[in-house]
Amino acid sequence: MPSLRHIRRRIRSVKNTQQITKAMKMVSAAKLRRAQIQIEEARPYAHKMAEVLSRVARRAKPGLNPLLTPREEKKVELLIITADKGLAGAFNGNVLRKAMEFIRERGDGVSLTLNVVGRKGRDFLRRRYSNIRKEYIDIFRKLSYEQAVLIGTDLVDRYLKEEIDAVYVVYTEFKSLMRQQVSLQQLLPVKPQEEVPSEIYQPDYIYEPGVKEVLDKLLPKHIITQIYRYLLESNASEHASRMTAMDAATKNASEVIAKLTLTYNRARQAAITKEIIEVVNGAEALKT
Amino acid sequence: MAEEIFQLDVVTPQRVVVSEQVNEMTAPGSEGEFGVLPGHTPFLTTLRFGELWYRKGNVDYFLAVGPGFAEVGPDKVTVLVDTAETADEIDVNRAQRARARAEENLRKTDYDLETALAEMRRAEVRLEVAKKVKKT
Repeated sequence: MPSLRHIRRRIRSVKNTQQITKAMKMVSAAKLRRAQIQIEEARPYAHKMAEVLSRVARRAKPGLNPLLTPREEKKVELLIITADKGLAGAFNGNVLRKAMEFIRERGDGVSLTLNVVGRKGRDFLRRRYSNIRKEYIDIFRKLSYEQAVLIGTDLVDRYLKEEIDAVYVVYTEFKSLMRQQVSLQQLLPVKPQEEVPSEIYQPDYIYEPGVKEVLDKLLPKHIITQIYRYLLESNASEHASRMTAMDAATKNASEVIAKLTLTYNRARQAAITKEIIEVVNGAEALKT
Repeated sequence: MAEEIFQLDVVTPQRVVVSEQVNEMTAPGSEGEFGVLPGHTPFLTTLRFGELWYRKGNVDYFLAVGPGFAEVGPDKVTVLVDTAETADEIDVNRAQRARARAEENLRKTDYDLETALAEMRRAEVRLEVAKKVKKT
């Protein structure tokens, strides 16, 4: 049986850990709230963008813009969005598992290059693959639209130069506080969207300067908006995931403390009983 | 009878900057400034960096808006831009510094002329718009 002092020390240590996990949970909750607000604020723009695009793209003849025209996928780029930090449950692991699955299935016969967001993903993939072309580290601390512009412009440029034929993205969709789902999406070429049901019938626009010019500007913006959304959703998912993980850790710590306290009290009781018996025995011995 | 109105939304990726019922507006189209009154024909255009003006009742409002798009309908105008600042939000000191920097860049031989001119334009539009805040 461990000594009393030993148990006391363990209880103190677990309590310290619990304080840290509790603090981390609270920090994550605050960050999650901010991330959710950011998603909300980005929504009107993304929504409107999709609406306008679908209306324009429907009218556009295929071949009008290379970003809309699929070509044989010989060179594929995969954008993987992970977090900079760990201790978020299975968050990073889930994204990376999906990414590896994609690499295994699609990696044969095509030249595959990787774009990695987040330190955790970078460190993991660097050890396994040598085809990381771009990495974006430490962008979540102050996530802004400019970062999406950076990533998106690079991808669109390379696509237009035909250095890559398709771009896919693995990110974590934020469904709710309890549910986040890893998702694989095709980013380029842009798939003509399903018609967004418009409330009112609208005749076609007059385009200025022209359909082609408008589309040339609209599509890259659309890509960037998409990437921005993926970044925001991944960010919110990371915090939600960490919050859940830290909540579980705090609960586990409480359990461990309860168990240890029980052992401690038992040991203490045993020691007292032993002492009493010793005293009684001693007294008995003196009597005779 | 009340003056006719239409809905104006100015939206950036970060936030909704304006969402109001207005009477009249002008925006910096890439092919030139254009004005909108209620009942405008459907129209989709690219925007360049410039000044967006709208009138609500008797009050004029000014914004400096970045490149993007405008979707114009008979009763609704949606402006999708990278940046949009209302006149009183503009940081005049920052814009002045930006203009000084742009001037310097213009003199440099190794600096891209187009970029320097664009920087110059952005700074000047901001300063122009900021000046108008007093008039409202």
